[in-house]
Amino acid sequence: MGNKSLLLVSVTGFILGLVFTLQSRPTLLEFGAVSWMPSMISISIVREIGPVIIALICAGRIGSSIGAELGSMKVTEQIDAMEVSGTNPFRFLVVTRILAATCMLPILVIVGDFVALIGSALIENIKGDVSFTLYFNQVFEALEFTDLLPATIKTFFFGFAIGLVGCFKGYNSKKGTAGVGKASNSAVVFTSMLLFILDFIAVFITDIFYN
Amino acid sequence: MKSNPVIAINHLYKSFGKLEVLKDFNLKLFEGENLVLMGKSGSGKSVMIKCLVGLMEADKGDIKVLGKDISKLKQNELDELRTKIGFLFQGSALYDSMTVRQNLEFPLRRHSHNTEKKTEELVKEALANVGLPDTIDLMPAELSGGMQRRIALARALILKPKIIIYDEPTTGLDPITAKEIILLMMNIQKKYATSSLIITHDVDCARVISNRMILLLEGKDYAEGNFKDLATSKDPKIKAFFK
Repeated sequence: MGNKSLLLVSVTGFILGLVFTLQSRPTLLEFGAVSWMPSMISISIVREIGPVIIALICAGRIGSSIGAELGSMKVTEQIDAMEVSGTNPFRFLVVTRILAATCMLPILVIVGDFVALIGSALIENIKGDVSFTLYFNQVFEALEFTDLLPATIKTFFFGFAIGLVGCFKGYNSKKGTAGVGKASNSAVVFTSMLLFILDFIAVFITDIFYN
Repeated sequence: MKSNPVIAINHLYKSFGKLEVLKDFNLKLFEGENLVLMGKSGSGKSVMIKCLVGLMEADKGDIKVLGKDISKLKQNELDELRTKIGFLFQGSALYDSMTVRQNLEFPLRRHSHNTEKKTEELVKEALANVGLPDTIDLMPAELSGGMQRRIALARALILKPKIIIYDEPTTGLDPITAKEIILLMMNIQKKYATSSLIITHDVDCARVISNRMILLLEGKDYAEGNFKDLATSKDPKIKAFFK
Protein backbone atom coordinates (compact mmCIF):
# COMPACT_ATOMS: atom_id res chain seq x y z
CA MET A 1 0.00 0.00 0.00
CA GLY A 2 2.64 2.50 1.08
CA ASN A 3 5.59 1.44 -1.05
CA LYS A 4 3.41 1.20 -4.15
CA SER A 5 2.32 4.81 -3.64
CA LEU A 6 5.84 6.10 -3.06
CA LEU A 7 6.63 6.89 -6.70
CA LEU A 8 3.29 8.64 -7.23
CA VAL A 9 3.72 10.67 -4.06
CA SER A 10 7.32 11.57 -4.91
CA VAL A 11 6.50 12.68 -8.46
CA THR A 12 3.50 14.68 -7.23
CA GLY A 13 5.55 16.28 -4.44
CA PHE A 14 8.41 17.14 -6.76
CA ILE A 15 6.13 18.80 -9.34
CA LEU A 16 4.25 20.56 -6.55
CA GLY A 17 7.52 22.08 -5.32
CA LEU A 18 8.58 23.09 -8.84
CA VAL A 19 5.26 24.66 -9.79
CA PHE A 20 4.66 26.37 -6.47
CA THR A 21 8.09 28.01 -6.61
CA LEU A 22 7.79 28.98 -10.28
CA GLN A 23 4.37 30.55 -9.69
CA SER A 24 5.36 32.43 -6.53
CA ARG A 25 8.72 33.74 -7.78
CA PRO A 26 7.51 36.63 -10.01
CA THR A 27 5.27 38.06 -7.27
CA LEU A 28 7.97 37.84 -4.62
CA LEU A 29 10.47 39.38 -7.04
CA GLU A 30 8.07 42.27 -7.62
CA PHE A 31 8.01 43.03 -3.90
CA GLY A 32 11.73 42.37 -3.46
CA ALA A 33 10.92 39.50 -1.13
CA VAL A 34 12.42 36.61 -3.09
CA SER A 35 14.75 35.79 -0.17
CA TRP A 36 11.64 34.73 1.75
CA MET A 37 10.99 32.02 -0.80
CA PRO A 38 12.40 29.03 1.21
CA SER A 39 10.54 29.96 4.38
CA MET A 40 7.28 30.72 2.58
CA ILE A 41 7.38 27.52 0.50
CA SER A 42 8.41 25.29 3.41
CA ILE A 43 5.75 26.59 5.80
CA SER A 44 3.02 26.36 3.14
CA ILE A 45 4.01 22.86 2.10
CA VAL A 46 4.62 21.39 5.54
CA ARG A 47 1.62 22.96 7.24
CA GLU A 48 -1.04 22.65 4.63
CA ILE A 49 -0.44 21.95 0.95
CA GLY A 50 1.71 18.84 1.37
CA PRO A 51 -0.59 16.91 3.73
CA VAL A 52 -3.77 17.82 1.84
CA ILE A 53 -2.48 17.22 -1.70
CA ILE A 54 -0.76 13.96 -0.76
CA ALA A 55 -3.79 12.76 1.19
CA LEU A 56 -5.97 13.52 -1.84
CA ILE A 57 -3.57 11.63 -4.11
CA CYS A 58 -3.66 8.70 -1.66
CA ALA A 59 -7.46 8.85 -1.48
CA GLY A 60 -7.45 8.30 -5.24
CA ARG A 61 -4.72 5.67 -5.19
CA ILE A 62 -5.34 3.77 -1.94
CA GLY A 63 -8.99 4.53 -1.14
CA SER A 64 -10.22 3.49 -4.56
CA SER A 65 -8.03 0.40 -4.54
CA ILE A 66 -9.37 -0.71 -1.14
CA GLY A 67 -12.96 0.03 -2.23
CA ALA A 68 -12.58 -1.92 -5.47
CA GLU A 69 -10.72 -4.83 -3.88
CA LEU A 70 -13.17 -5.36 -1.02
CA GLY A 71 -16.11 -4.65 -3.33
CA SER A 72 -15.04 -7.34 -5.77
CA MET A 73 -14.40 -9.74 -2.87
CA LYS A 74 -17.90 -9.02 -1.63
CA VAL A 75 -19.69 -9.58 -4.94
CA THR A 76 -17.73 -12.74 -5.74
CA GLU A 77 -18.58 -14.15 -2.28
CA GLN A 78 -14.92 -14.24 -1.19
CA ILE A 79 -15.83 -12.42 2.03
CA ASP A 80 -18.62 -14.96 2.67
CA ALA A 81 -16.14 -17.76 1.98
CA MET A 82 -13.78 -16.29 4.55
CA GLU A 83 -16.55 -16.00 7.12
CA VAL A 84 -17.78 -19.54 6.44
CA SER A 85 -14.24 -20.86 6.90
CA GLY A 86 -14.37 -19.52 10.47
CA THR A 87 -12.22 -16.42 9.90
CA ASN A 88 -13.47 -13.01 10.92
CA PRO A 89 -13.25 -11.07 7.62
CA PHE A 90 -13.65 -7.74 9.41
CA ARG A 91 -10.52 -8.35 11.44
CA PHE A 92 -8.60 -9.89 8.55
CA LEU A 93 -9.55 -7.48 5.76
CA VAL A 94 -10.76 -4.25 7.32
CA VAL A 95 -8.68 -3.72 10.45
CA THR A 96 -5.42 -4.48 8.64
CA ARG A 97 -6.18 -2.05 5.82
CA ILE A 98 -7.24 0.78 8.12
CA LEU A 99 -4.12 0.28 10.25
CA ALA A 100 -1.90 0.23 7.17
CA ALA A 101 -3.45 3.41 5.77
CA THR A 102 -3.23 5.17 9.15
CA CYS A 103 0.43 4.29 9.59
CA MET A 104 1.55 4.83 6.01
CA LEU A 105 0.02 8.20 5.23
CA PRO A 106 2.19 10.23 7.66
CA ILE A 107 5.30 8.59 6.19
CA LEU A 108 4.16 9.31 2.64
CA VAL A 109 3.40 12.92 3.55
CA ILE A 110 6.86 13.38 5.09
CA VAL A 111 8.46 11.92 1.95
CA GLY A 112 6.20 14.03 -0.30
CA ASP A 113 6.98 17.23 1.64
CA PHE A 114 10.70 16.57 1.48
CA VAL A 115 10.64 15.88 -2.27
CA ALA A 116 8.53 19.03 -2.81
CA LEU A 117 11.20 21.06 -1.01
CA ILE A 118 13.87 19.49 -3.21
CA GLY A 119 11.84 20.56 -6.27
CA SER A 120 11.53 24.06 -4.91
CA ALA A 121 15.26 24.19 -4.08
CA LEU A 122 16.05 23.08 -7.61
CA ILE A 123 14.12 25.99 -9.12
CA GLU A 124 15.73 28.44 -6.70
CA ASN A 125 19.12 26.98 -7.61
CA ILE A 126 18.52 27.39 -11.32
CA LYS A 127 16.66 30.72 -11.31
CA GLY A 128 18.00 32.45 -8.21
CA ASP A 129 21.46 30.96 -7.89
CA VAL A 130 20.65 29.82 -4.35
CA SER A 131 22.66 26.79 -3.25
CA PHE A 132 20.86 23.72 -1.86
CA THR A 133 22.66 24.17 1.46
CA LEU A 134 21.56 27.77 1.81
CA TYR A 135 18.01 26.90 0.74
CA PHE A 136 17.66 24.11 3.30
CA ASN A 137 19.33 26.19 6.02
CA GLN A 138 16.61 28.78 5.53
CA VAL A 139 13.94 26.07 5.46
CA PHE A 140 15.04 24.65 8.82
CA GLU A 141 15.30 28.13 10.29
CA ALA A 142 11.76 28.94 9.22
CA LEU A 143 10.14 25.70 10.32
CA GLU A 144 9.19 25.27 13.97
CA PHE A 145 7.99 22.35 16.01
CA THR A 146 4.51 23.89 15.99
CA ASP A 147 4.48 23.64 12.19
CA LEU A 148 5.48 19.99 12.11
CA LEU A 149 3.52 18.45 14.97
CA PRO A 150 -0.09 19.39 14.10
CA ALA A 151 0.59 18.73 10.41
CA THR A 152 1.87 15.24 11.19
CA ILE A 153 -0.89 14.43 13.65
CA LYS A 154 -3.60 15.33 11.17
CA THR A 155 -2.10 12.98 8.57
CA PHE A 156 -2.83 10.04 10.90
CA PHE A 157 -6.49 11.06 10.81
CA PHE A 158 -6.34 11.51 7.03
CA GLY A 159 -4.92 7.98 6.70
CA PHE A 160 -7.56 6.59 9.04
CA ALA A 161 -10.30 8.29 6.99
CA ILE A 162 -8.93 6.93 3.70
CA GLY A 163 -8.80 3.37 5.07
CA LEU A 164 -12.14 3.57 6.84
CA VAL A 165 -14.14 4.98 3.94
CA GLY A 166 -12.50 2.67 1.38
CA CYS A 167 -13.25 -0.38 3.54
CA PHE A 168 -16.80 0.73 4.36
CA LYS A 169 -17.70 1.38 0.74
CA GLY A 170 -16.08 -1.83 -0.49
CA TYR A 171 -17.44 -4.03 2.29
CA ASN A 172 -20.97 -2.79 1.69
CA SER A 173 -20.94 -2.82 -2.10
CA LYS A 174 -23.90 -4.48 -3.80
CA LYS A 175 -25.33 -5.17 -7.23
CA GLY A 176 -22.48 -7.00 -8.95
CA THR A 177 -19.63 -5.49 -10.89
CA ALA A 178 -21.44 -2.16 -11.32
CA GLY A 179 -21.52 -1.98 -7.52
CA VAL A 180 -17.74 -2.45 -7.38
CA GLY A 181 -17.17 0.57 -9.65
CA LYS A 182 -19.64 2.58 -7.63
CA ALA A 183 -17.95 1.58 -4.35
CA SER A 184 -14.55 2.57 -5.66
CA ASN A 185 -15.81 5.86 -7.05
CA SER A 186 -17.81 6.86 -3.99
CA ALA A 187 -14.87 5.92 -1.74
CA VAL A 188 -12.74 8.55 -3.51
CA VAL A 189 -15.46 11.20 -3.61
CA PHE A 190 -16.50 10.75 0.01
CA THR A 191 -12.92 10.55 1.29
CA SER A 192 -11.92 13.71 -0.58
CA MET A 193 -14.77 15.61 1.01
CA LEU A 194 -13.99 14.15 4.42
CA LEU A 195 -10.32 15.14 4.10
CA PHE A 196 -11.22 18.82 3.65
CA ILE A 197 -13.57 18.67 6.64
CA LEU A 198 -10.90 16.98 8.77
CA ASP A 199 -8.35 19.53 7.59
CA PHE A 200 -10.61 22.38 8.61
CA ILE A 201 -11.14 20.81 12.06
CA ALA A 202 -7.39 20.25 12.45
CA VAL A 203 -6.56 23.84 11.48
CA PHE A 204 -9.30 25.14 13.79
CA ILE A 205 -7.98 23.14 16.76
CA THR A 206 -4.37 24.11 16.00
CA ASP A 207 -5.41 27.73 15.89
CA ILE A 208 -7.04 27.44 19.33
CA PHE A 209 -3.89 25.89 20.83
CA TYR A 210 -1.18 27.99 19.22
CA ASN A 211 -2.77 31.37 18.64
CA MET B 1 -33.39 -46.66 11.37
CA LYS B 2 -31.77 -43.35 10.55
CA SER B 3 -28.97 -41.88 12.65
CA ASN B 4 -29.22 -38.49 14.31
CA PRO B 5 -29.40 -35.63 11.86
CA VAL B 6 -26.23 -33.59 11.42
CA ILE B 7 -28.38 -30.70 10.21
CA ALA B 8 -31.93 -30.13 11.43
CA ILE B 9 -33.91 -27.12 10.27
CA ASN B 10 -37.34 -26.68 11.80
CA HIS B 11 -40.05 -24.19 10.87
CA LEU B 12 -37.69 -21.70 9.27
CA TYR B 13 -39.06 -18.33 8.22
CA LYS B 14 -37.18 -15.58 6.43
CA SER B 15 -38.53 -12.54 4.66
CA PHE B 16 -37.12 -9.38 3.11
CA GLY B 17 -39.59 -6.60 3.71
CA LYS B 18 -42.91 -7.89 2.46
CA LEU B 19 -41.32 -10.65 0.41
CA GLU B 20 -41.58 -13.94 2.29
CA VAL B 21 -38.79 -16.15 0.97
CA LEU B 22 -38.96 -19.06 3.42
CA LYS B 23 -42.24 -20.04 5.07
CA ASP B 24 -42.13 -22.94 7.49
CA PHE B 25 -39.22 -24.67 5.80
CA ASN B 26 -37.98 -27.95 7.30
CA LEU B 27 -34.97 -30.08 6.46
CA LYS B 28 -32.97 -32.89 8.00
CA LEU B 29 -29.62 -34.12 6.77
CA PHE B 30 -28.47 -37.44 8.19
CA GLU B 31 -24.94 -38.69 8.66
CA GLY B 32 -23.27 -39.95 5.50
CA GLU B 33 -26.15 -39.06 3.20
CA ASN B 34 -26.29 -36.96 0.05
CA LEU B 35 -29.35 -34.76 0.27
CA VAL B 36 -30.27 -32.74 -2.80
CA LEU B 37 -32.33 -29.62 -2.40
CA MET B 38 -33.96 -28.53 -5.64
CA GLY B 39 -35.81 -25.35 -6.29
CA LYS B 40 -36.38 -22.74 -8.95
CA SER B 41 -34.16 -19.67 -9.17
CA GLY B 42 -35.20 -17.21 -6.51
CA SER B 43 -37.00 -19.86 -4.48
CA GLY B 44 -34.84 -19.19 -1.43
CA LYS B 45 -32.24 -21.97 -1.66
CA SER B 46 -29.30 -19.62 -1.20
CA VAL B 47 -31.09 -17.74 1.57
CA MET B 48 -31.65 -21.05 3.34
CA ILE B 49 -27.98 -22.05 3.21
CA LYS B 50 -26.89 -18.58 4.28
CA CYS B 51 -29.13 -18.95 7.33
CA LEU B 52 -27.72 -22.43 7.85
CA VAL B 53 -24.11 -21.25 8.13
CA GLY B 54 -24.97 -18.10 10.04
CA LEU B 55 -24.31 -15.63 7.22
CA MET B 56 -27.91 -14.49 7.56
CA GLU B 57 -30.23 -14.45 10.52
CA ALA B 58 -33.56 -16.26 10.22
CA ASP B 59 -36.74 -14.48 11.34
CA LYS B 60 -38.14 -17.57 13.05
CA GLY B 61 -37.39 -21.24 13.46
CA ASP B 62 -34.41 -23.17 14.65
CA ILE B 63 -31.33 -24.49 12.94
CA LYS B 64 -29.23 -27.17 14.56
CA VAL B 65 -25.89 -28.15 13.07
CA LEU B 66 -24.11 -31.10 14.67
CA GLY B 67 -26.52 -30.75 17.57
CA LYS B 68 -25.82 -27.06 18.18
CA ASP B 69 -28.44 -24.36 17.78
CA ILE B 70 -26.58 -21.81 15.66
CA SER B 71 -28.69 -18.85 16.82
CA LYS B 72 -27.49 -19.43 20.38
CA LEU B 73 -23.79 -19.72 19.62
CA LYS B 74 -21.27 -16.99 20.41
CA GLN B 75 -19.13 -15.77 17.52
CA ASN B 76 -16.11 -17.89 18.50
CA GLU B 77 -18.33 -20.98 18.92
CA LEU B 78 -19.91 -20.33 15.54
CA ASP B 79 -16.45 -19.94 13.95
CA GLU B 80 -15.41 -23.23 15.54
CA LEU B 81 -18.54 -24.96 14.21
CA ARG B 82 -17.95 -23.51 10.74
CA THR B 83 -14.62 -25.33 10.53
CA LYS B 84 -16.64 -28.56 10.54
CA ILE B 85 -18.62 -27.43 7.51
CA GLY B 86 -17.10 -27.28 4.04
CA PHE B 87 -18.81 -24.87 1.68
CA LEU B 88 -18.50 -24.91 -2.09
CA PHE B 89 -19.73 -21.61 -3.48
CA GLN B 90 -21.46 -21.34 -6.82
CA GLY B 91 -18.81 -18.98 -8.16
CA SER B 92 -15.98 -20.89 -6.43
CA ALA B 93 -15.11 -17.77 -4.36
CA LEU B 94 -11.36 -18.39 -4.47
CA TYR B 95 -9.33 -15.53 -2.99
CA ASP B 96 -8.12 -13.96 -6.20
CA SER B 97 -5.13 -12.17 -4.69
CA MET B 98 -3.71 -15.47 -3.44
CA THR B 99 -2.17 -18.42 -5.27
CA VAL B 100 -3.83 -21.84 -5.18
CA ARG B 101 -1.37 -22.86 -2.45
CA GLN B 102 -2.24 -19.80 -0.32
CA ASN B 103 -5.96 -20.39 -0.87
CA LEU B 104 -5.63 -23.90 0.50
CA GLU B 105 -3.27 -22.91 3.30
CA PHE B 106 -5.57 -20.13 4.47
CA PRO B 107 -8.00 -22.26 6.54
CA LEU B 108 -5.17 -24.53 7.71
CA ARG B 109 -3.10 -21.67 9.08
CA ARG B 110 -6.09 -20.20 10.90
CA HIS B 111 -7.48 -23.36 12.44
CA SER B 112 -4.70 -25.86 12.91
CA HIS B 113 -1.21 -25.79 14.30
CA ASN B 114 0.59 -27.86 11.72
CA THR B 115 4.25 -27.61 10.86
CA GLU B 116 5.19 -26.12 7.49
CA LYS B 117 5.94 -29.62 6.21
CA LYS B 118 2.58 -30.99 7.34
CA THR B 119 0.76 -27.99 5.83
CA GLU B 120 2.53 -28.58 2.52
CA GLU B 121 1.58 -32.27 2.63
CA LEU B 122 -2.08 -31.48 3.34
CA VAL B 123 -2.22 -28.95 0.50
CA LYS B 124 -0.68 -31.43 -1.92
CA GLU B 125 -3.04 -34.18 -0.74
CA ALA B 126 -6.07 -31.91 -1.22
CA LEU B 127 -4.92 -30.98 -4.71
CA ALA B 128 -4.28 -34.63 -5.58
CA ASN B 129 -7.82 -35.47 -4.39
CA VAL B 130 -9.26 -33.09 -6.97
CA GLY B 131 -6.77 -34.14 -9.66
CA LEU B 132 -4.96 -30.82 -9.97
CA PRO B 133 -1.54 -31.28 -8.35
CA ASP B 134 0.25 -29.05 -10.88
CA THR B 135 -1.76 -25.93 -10.21
CA ILE B 136 -0.26 -25.25 -6.77
CA ASP B 137 1.55 -22.04 -7.70
CA LEU B 138 -0.99 -20.66 -10.15
CA MET B 139 -3.33 -17.77 -9.51
CA PRO B 140 -7.10 -18.45 -9.65
CA ALA B 141 -7.40 -16.17 -12.71
CA GLU B 142 -5.12 -18.57 -14.61
CA LEU B 143 -7.54 -21.48 -14.12
CA SER B 144 -10.65 -22.47 -16.08
CA GLY B 145 -14.09 -22.39 -14.42
CA GLY B 146 -14.04 -26.16 -13.86
CA MET B 147 -10.55 -26.05 -12.37
CA GLN B 148 -11.55 -23.21 -10.06
CA ARG B 149 -14.51 -25.26 -8.86
CA ARG B 150 -12.18 -28.20 -8.12
CA ILE B 151 -9.73 -26.01 -6.22
CA ALA B 152 -12.64 -24.53 -4.26
CA LEU B 153 -13.69 -28.09 -3.44
CA ALA B 154 -10.15 -28.90 -2.31
CA ARG B 155 -10.24 -25.82 -0.05
CA ALA B 156 -13.63 -26.83 1.35
CA LEU B 157 -12.23 -30.26 2.18
CA ILE B 158 -8.88 -29.31 3.60
CA LEU B 159 -10.05 -29.17 7.24
CA LYS B 160 -11.75 -32.56 6.80
CA PRO B 161 -15.26 -31.27 7.50
CA LYS B 162 -18.12 -33.49 8.61
CA ILE B 163 -20.62 -31.72 6.38
CA ILE B 164 -20.17 -30.28 2.90
CA ILE B 165 -22.62 -27.83 1.42
CA TYR B 166 -22.53 -27.52 -2.35
CA ASP B 167 -24.21 -24.43 -3.78
CA GLU B 168 -25.03 -25.15 -7.43
CA PRO B 169 -21.84 -27.19 -7.99
CA THR B 170 -22.38 -27.73 -11.72
CA THR B 171 -23.92 -24.41 -12.73
CA GLY B 172 -22.06 -22.64 -15.51
CA LEU B 173 -19.98 -25.67 -16.43
CA ASP B 174 -20.05 -27.62 -19.69
CA PRO B 175 -21.66 -31.11 -19.45
CA ILE B 176 -18.33 -32.97 -19.42
CA THR B 177 -16.81 -30.83 -16.67
CA ALA B 178 -20.11 -30.98 -14.76
CA LYS B 179 -19.96 -34.78 -14.90
CA GLU B 180 -16.34 -34.71 -13.67
CA ILE B 181 -17.36 -32.52 -10.72
CA ILE B 182 -20.22 -34.88 -9.86
CA LEU B 183 -17.85 -37.89 -9.93
CA LEU B 184 -15.43 -35.98 -7.76
CA MET B 185 -18.17 -35.21 -5.24
CA MET B 186 -19.11 -38.90 -5.13
CA ASN B 187 -15.49 -39.98 -4.64
CA ILE B 188 -15.05 -37.48 -1.85
CA GLN B 189 -18.20 -38.67 -0.15
CA LYS B 190 -16.91 -42.25 -0.32
CA LYS B 191 -13.41 -41.37 0.86
CA TYR B 192 -14.29 -39.07 3.76
CA ALA B 193 -17.84 -40.30 4.59
CA THR B 194 -19.06 -36.74 4.73
CA SER B 195 -22.71 -35.71 4.81
CA SER B 196 -23.54 -33.56 1.81
CA LEU B 197 -26.23 -31.00 1.21
CA ILE B 198 -26.36 -30.23 -2.48
CA ILE B 199 -28.29 -27.25 -3.75
CA THR B 200 -28.94 -27.61 -7.44
CA HIS B 201 -31.43 -27.38 -10.25
CA ASP B 202 -29.41 -29.75 -12.40
CA VAL B 203 -31.62 -32.85 -12.72
CA ASP B 204 -28.74 -35.03 -13.95
CA CYS B 205 -26.66 -34.06 -10.95
CA ALA B 206 -29.57 -34.83 -8.62
CA ARG B 207 -30.22 -38.19 -10.28
CA VAL B 208 -26.62 -39.38 -9.98
CA ILE B 209 -25.73 -38.10 -6.57
CA SER B 210 -28.84 -37.97 -4.38
CA ASN B 211 -29.84 -40.47 -1.71
CA ARG B 212 -32.80 -38.28 -0.91
CA MET B 213 -34.29 -35.09 -2.31
CA ILE B 214 -36.30 -32.15 -1.06
CA LEU B 215 -38.13 -29.83 -3.41
CA LEU B 216 -38.30 -26.23 -2.28
CA LEU B 217 -41.40 -24.53 -3.58
CA GLU B 218 -43.15 -21.38 -2.42
CA GLY B 219 -40.75 -21.14 0.50
CA LYS B 220 -41.66 -24.59 1.83
CA ASP B 221 -40.26 -28.09 1.67
CA TYR B 222 -42.95 -29.03 -0.81
CA ALA B 223 -41.99 -32.65 -1.42
CA GLU B 224 -39.47 -35.16 -0.17
CA GLY B 225 -38.34 -38.58 -1.36
CA ASN B 226 -35.80 -40.34 -3.51
CA PHE B 227 -35.15 -39.27 -7.09
CA LYS B 228 -37.27 -42.02 -8.62
CA ASP B 229 -40.32 -41.27 -6.47
CA LEU B 230 -40.21 -37.57 -7.22
CA ALA B 231 -39.38 -37.94 -10.91
CA THR B 232 -42.40 -40.19 -11.42
CA SER B 233 -44.77 -38.09 -9.32
CA LYS B 234 -48.09 -37.13 -10.88
CA ASP B 235 -48.16 -33.75 -9.10
CA PRO B 236 -47.81 -31.12 -11.87
CA LYS B 237 -45.74 -28.84 -9.61
CA ILE B 238 -43.25 -31.65 -8.98
CA LYS B 239 -43.30 -32.77 -12.60
CA ALA B 240 -42.26 -29.27 -13.65
CA PHE B 241 -38.88 -29.80 -11.98
CA PHE B 242 -38.06 -32.87 -14.04
CA LYS B 243 -39.11 -31.69 -17.51
